[in-house]
Amino acid sequence: MTTAQVKQTPLASAHKELGARMVDFAGWFMPVQYKSIVSEHTAVRTNCGLFDVSHMGEFLVTGAKAHDFVQFMVANDINKLNKPNMALYTQMCTDEGGTVDDLIVYRLDGGYLLVVNASNIDKDWAWLNENVGDYKGVALKDISEDMGLLALQGPKAVDLMASLAGDWVKDIPSFHYATGKLDGIECAWGRTGYTGEDGFEIFIAANKAEKLWKKILDKGQAFGIEPCGLGARDTLRLEAGLPLYGHELDENTSPLEAGLGWSVKLEKGEFMGSSTLNAQSKMGLSKQLICLKTEGKALPRQGYPVFDGERQIGAITSGSQGITVGYPIACAFVPRGYSEIGKKVQVQIRDAKVVGEVVKRPFYKRK
Amino acid sequence: MGDTAGKTLLYPAELKYVKTHEFIRVDGAEATIGITAFAADQLGDVTYVELPKVGAKLKKEAKFGVIESVKSVSDLYSPVSGEVTAINDRLSSEPELVNLDCYNEGWMLKVKLSEPKELDGSMSADDYKKFVVE
Repeated sequence: MTTAQVKQTPLASAHKELGARMVDFAGWFMPVQYKSIVSEHTAVRTNCGLFDVSHMGEFLVTGAKAHDFVQFMVANDINKLNKPNMALYTQMCTDEGGTVDDLIVYRLDGGYLLVVNASNIDKDWAWLNENVGDYKGVALKDISEDMGLLALQGPKAVDLMASLAGDWVKDIPSFHYATGKLDGIECAWGRTGYTGEDGFEIFIAANKAEKLWKKILDKGQAFGIEPCGLGARDTLRLEAGLPLYGHELDENTSPLEAGLGWSVKLEKGEFMGSSTLNAQSKMGLSKQLICLKTEGKALPRQGYPVFDGERQIGAITSGSQGITVGYPIACAFVPRGYSEIGKKVQVQIRDAKVVGEVVKRPFYKRK
Repeated sequence: MGDTAGKTLLYPAELKYVKTHEFIRVDGAEATIGITAFAADQLGDVTYVELPKVGAKLKKEAKFGVIESVKSVSDLYSPVSGEVTAINDRLSSEPELVNLDCYNEGWMLKVKLSEPKELDGSMSADDYKKFVVE
């Protein structure tokens, strides 16, 4: 294998200009923070923040059988996209019910757009191509390189978008999208996000992304905007109880085990992984994702073991300081029988065992 | 990258520094210990500092505590040998002092030096600055 070159988003130079600390994330040169994670997290909870998520992958699925193909490949029911301009959260599963990736499916005119995790672009592309054979006439196109993606999130995000595009954007419902011009540039934006706040994710041609990024930051000054990095994106999503692939989801974990049963539609008929998911649903799950609030100040982090007395029952998948809630928070996989709210377990943090209490998901819910 | 996030990081000339990014402020037979601006900046938002108790015996280059930020967790290494005579209690409720003012309000320990000669192996501010830029 040759060493893979670290890829850059169209905003790499804009990040450097802002003094971002850049890291290699899943093969991408990405900003982890600009000012500080706490300051960026707080801006998104109280005002708004702008994220570069251009590293995410976008695949176009077109052709007469595009509907049938996508419906077979994902666990949610895409018939819910019964009008144009709608989107839905779902997962692609392996034949054994493990999770290949989680993604958003957008219904387009005559096809679908799949937005997938950056870390899984190559794997997802191969998986889709491996399974498309039975669906004659379906065309797959990877447009990830041509596409920039910005996430504008926070209680003031919608007002900021309205000031750029018009008041009508306030009426776009959750998980719907619109197309139009922002600062004279054609783009599309969905009322979606990954922070637990209201806001939009904006698709734009890669070569126009920097201009729009700067325009939104400039216009956003009056709305208390901050550019936000992957650090704040992670603390925000964890507080909002949203899974991250490679932490709460992987090929050995089904969406049911990860607590995403609300987005798995077993009644829609056969789909990739459905026989295992049906069996799990009938027989019960061997592991379950729980949310923990831990005592003290030391932070539970990925991989730390979880105990019931002397017996290790699982491990932390993600953990952090809950910056808005004000205490350490974590998710963990444990066997059945440990998911009751209020149940106490212990998390090994270095040489101490710290009490963790099972709490409701999400840790944070906007008012 | 000595300067990150557009900030200019300071390394006061009157302090001594070690490669594990702790500083030493020598005052006679006693020294005040903390972490450098470079280390605080790399860690980002500090959420927790675990320090030894007063009376603990420290050995140069041995672990004396743990510092956690939102992003990561790191061990703290003693730049000197000696006995802990005071710890900065404020850090238990205001760990962010390490980010705001690492050399003054964000200090960690006061140590009675048992081997003052060890200080000869530490770096000047200029040498440390060169060390972190590389």
